[in-house]
Amino acid sequence: MTQEFTVVGSRLPLVDSWRKVTGQAVYGDDLRFPNTLLCRLVRSTVPHARIVRVDTSRAEAMPGVRAVVTGKDASARFGVLPISQDEEALAIEKVRYVGDIVAAVAADDEATAAAAAAAVEVVYERLPEYFETGPGLAPVAEPIHAWTVDGSNTQKRVEQHFGDMDAALDAAAVKPKAHFDFIGVGHQFTEPHSVTAVPEADGRMSLYTPTQVPHYVHRALAKVLEVPMHRVRVFRTAVGGGFGGKSDPFPHEMAVCLLARKVQRPVRLTFDREEVFLTNRGRHPGTYDVQIAFDADGRMLGLDARAVIDGGAFASFGVVTTYYNGVLSQGPYKIPNFRYEGARVYTNKAPCGAMRGHGAVNARYAIESVIDMAARELRRDPIDLRLQNVLDPYSKTTNEFRITSNGIRECLERVRDESGWTAKWGKLPFGKGIGVAAGFFISGSALPIHQTRTPQSTVHLKIDVDGGITAHSMGAEIGQGSDTVIAIAVAEVLGVPLDFVRVRSEDSDTAPLDLGAYSSRGCFMIGNAAREAALVIREKLARAAARLTGRDASEFAFANATLSIDGDRPVSVSYFEALTEALADNGALLAKGWYQAPRMGGTYKGAGAGLAPAYSFNACVAEVDVDVETGLVRCTRMTLAHDCGRALNRLAVEGQIEGCMHMGLGQALLEEMRYERGRITNPNLLDYKILGPFETPEMRVIVVESEDREGPFGAKEAGEGPLIPVLPALGNALYDAVGYRSHELPVRPAKVFQHLQTLRKGGATPAKTWETNGR
Amino acid sequence: MKRTLVTLHVNGATWEVAVRPHDTLALALRDGCGLTGTKIGCDMGTCGCCTVLVDGRPVLSCLTLALEAEGARIETIEGLAGAERLHPVQRAFAECGGSQCGYCTPGFVMTSVALLRDNAAPSREEIKAAIAGNLCRCTGYAKIVDAVEHAAADLRAASTGATPPTGGRGDSGGDQDDAGIHGRRQPAAARR
Repeated sequence: MTQEFTVVGSRLPLVDSWRKVTGQAVYGDDLRFPNTLLCRLVRSTVPHARIVRVDTSRAEAMPGVRAVVTGKDASARFGVLPISQDEEALAIEKVRYVGDIVAAVAADDEATAAAAAAAVEVVYERLPEYFETGPGLAPVAEPIHAWTVDGSNTQKRVEQHFGDMDAALDAAAVKPKAHFDFIGVGHQFTEPHSVTAVPEADGRMSLYTPTQVPHYVHRALAKVLEVPMHRVRVFRTAVGGGFGGKSDPFPHEMAVCLLARKVQRPVRLTFDREEVFLTNRGRHPGTYDVQIAFDADGRMLGLDARAVIDGGAFASFGVVTTYYNGVLSQGPYKIPNFRYEGARVYTNKAPCGAMRGHGAVNARYAIESVIDMAARELRRDPIDLRLQNVLDPYSKTTNEFRITSNGIRECLERVRDESGWTAKWGKLPFGKGIGVAAGFFISGSALPIHQTRTPQSTVHLKIDVDGGITAHSMGAEIGQGSDTVIAIAVAEVLGVPLDFVRVRSEDSDTAPLDLGAYSSRGCFMIGNAAREAALVIREKLARAAARLTGRDASEFAFANATLSIDGDRPVSVSYFEALTEALADNGALLAKGWYQAPRMGGTYKGAGAGLAPAYSFNACVAEVDVDVETGLVRCTRMTLAHDCGRALNRLAVEGQIEGCMHMGLGQALLEEMRYERGRITNPNLLDYKILGPFETPEMRVIVVESEDREGPFGAKEAGEGPLIPVLPALGNALYDAVGYRSHELPVRPAKVFQHLQTLRKGGATPAKTWETNGR
Repeated sequence: MKRTLVTLHVNGATWEVAVRPHDTLALALRDGCGLTGTKIGCDMGTCGCCTVLVDGRPVLSCLTLALEAEGARIETIEGLAGAERLHPVQRAFAECGGSQCGYCTPGFVMTSVALLRDNAAPSREEIKAAIAGNLCRCTGYAKIVDAVEHAAADLRAASTGATPPTGGRGDSGGDQDDAGIHGRRQPAAARR
């Protein structure tokens, strides 16, 4: 399949970047409405307690305070998943973590709101507190929620078996196993959450919010406000980073609307950085135990895994996370036998949720580390061993995932060739190392969260006399470039410059439904919907050109804002001539395109989890330099190949991949949310370290294009998948450097140092003895 | 709380803003002058989103009191473009992919503008040193460094009347790794 494209595949600035480089983009806290009140929240100061009394009288009596709301003002529970709606706008009966919202105050200015919030008196009756997952697996004295498994704190258990795992282990020549511990990390986008609720004159409620999921916010707001959905409007402001951290409907979004309704004035709330940490929804901490069976020839026979993940106080996406820890271990290799047990346990800590590479990142670290162990036992090159086992294109996994395009083989070969792997692996001096890992990820969840027959993505187009093309979508631009994907798809199909297209993707009143920016669904689903809509317009313009020329509409090619037919009798009609003809006696051209994933997958319990219309694949080689005196680990170079089907915008794809390397390395080397008795002790960007420009290594990006048959112009996701192999590649490089296998993340330099001390015992100069073991 | 009138010279215009003693320059710019292009990411000097130029130097406006800026010449993201639609640094950040979610972008742009006024041809290491006080969670910094390099070339070409290089825009790669060597520190934008 070779296609000529004019826009697709170029290096294009994001269409919204002009607003961003000039300061014109309007983020949550940049909005100003007349007569706006400022909001501050009263948050729980204790991890787990029954609310005995909330006394707001002192706060309400303060000059300048206009309204206070508490749990009495809203009774409906909500949550992003319909099956686990356990969140309250304001805590009703109990508080479940330090930071849970108990009351909200609206006042004339922020200082008054803060003073009033401090004057709200809350009396708590302390309850047993649970900070670890272990005790929560069995029945406890006071479950954090009423609907847990058998009186424990376990929210969800998952078990999946395929084939005969015990037989696979019996037949195995090598079967390394290991236990891994992961600390929680957060998205830490630069824009703190900031929302404004505006009660409209007609009685409707508008919420302006930097969200990845306007549709789910819309649903939750209607539920909490107890009004029909059409009485609510959600306006997505510019989003200053999401990464999954703005993909839940949030209690604070509900709270400002309750205040605005009560006082009938706009109410704005902007978080400080500590509140971003308290809101969390970051990657689950947890443990992962995995054993992988290989025969003597290196064929993978089976994978046996057990995950226990720490959900924090609420469900969020946790049911999905629990499944993903297992089902997203089913590739990118052929794994004939498989066993997975997963559990998500509530604790009295800030709620965890979806974060870039949702549910697949920690599991992948464990699996790729154990594959590295197997390669050494089998005396095999880790890249060769992986190549031997990879899934084929257009095949099926054991758990019946439909694999379509698959560039994993090319990814592995190219990171090998372009990193200089063969000359380096096992051959670098002590302290320097190189490691590899592979990964894959969903390109959009095939099953929508709400089981309806409404398409997952719809795009509307409108063209009027000015010739500009307005695209309406609720696809959430969060910096990943989904607006640009729409513009590219439309410009490509209609053969017009990119700046003919303007994307309006903010307002639920004007945009058709889209499920939002999560599960790496945007490019695939919105891109397809936009392309379909543009094809409808193309047909209308072609028929107009046919009327003008007497030629057949199907013959026209669209390029350079011209409709033309080459050959013996060439004709050419400008885009504007065709448009004028198409508008005559007709008015503005309108079109709709939509995408809904085809039916797929097995029929067993949980078969829907992890199903995607396509999967992205990738491989990463990391090179590290360990300071053998201190144990400090530095990543010096990273080579990452990612199969994104086709790069619609090469610049954006590279940007996504580089961002993934940066964020993945941060989790591998530095990032951790630290708790002490339920309190986050590092809720700021000084103590929670994210990588700066000097800690980010040289990054080599390889874009692999497998041309997916169902993707828009062949495209698949590139925003999340590339993060997944980064962490294990780093871990495996560390092992190659000094023989230390980190069974936890982030890597602890102190433990690397201890390991180095052990090697030095007896006065021997450290050497790569573990390498010769593996040859 | 009693407010004091402070005179701020911002982007060539003079503002009188009523501030409380503890109000930051960031707050005064955003709420007093309506210049919301300056972003607040942490309000404690850790992220660099709020960087503006005060008398030509990059300064964290969330750690600067509005009263301290009395009479100073302040430049924000809104004041960069002159007769041109965009300042070369702004253009380069868009064209090189140096901006994704964009929230950190005004801070990076202002920091870079100050750098390029001092140093017309910075190395990639010097660029990294200049932006070391700014956090970006989206890009991994490579394309930001690309953008500053390209802007520098554009500015040099503009000052000599030569044609700026056009090819290879946005290519990353090739940055020499030399972590740990910090060049000159931006006085107020340094962190950690």
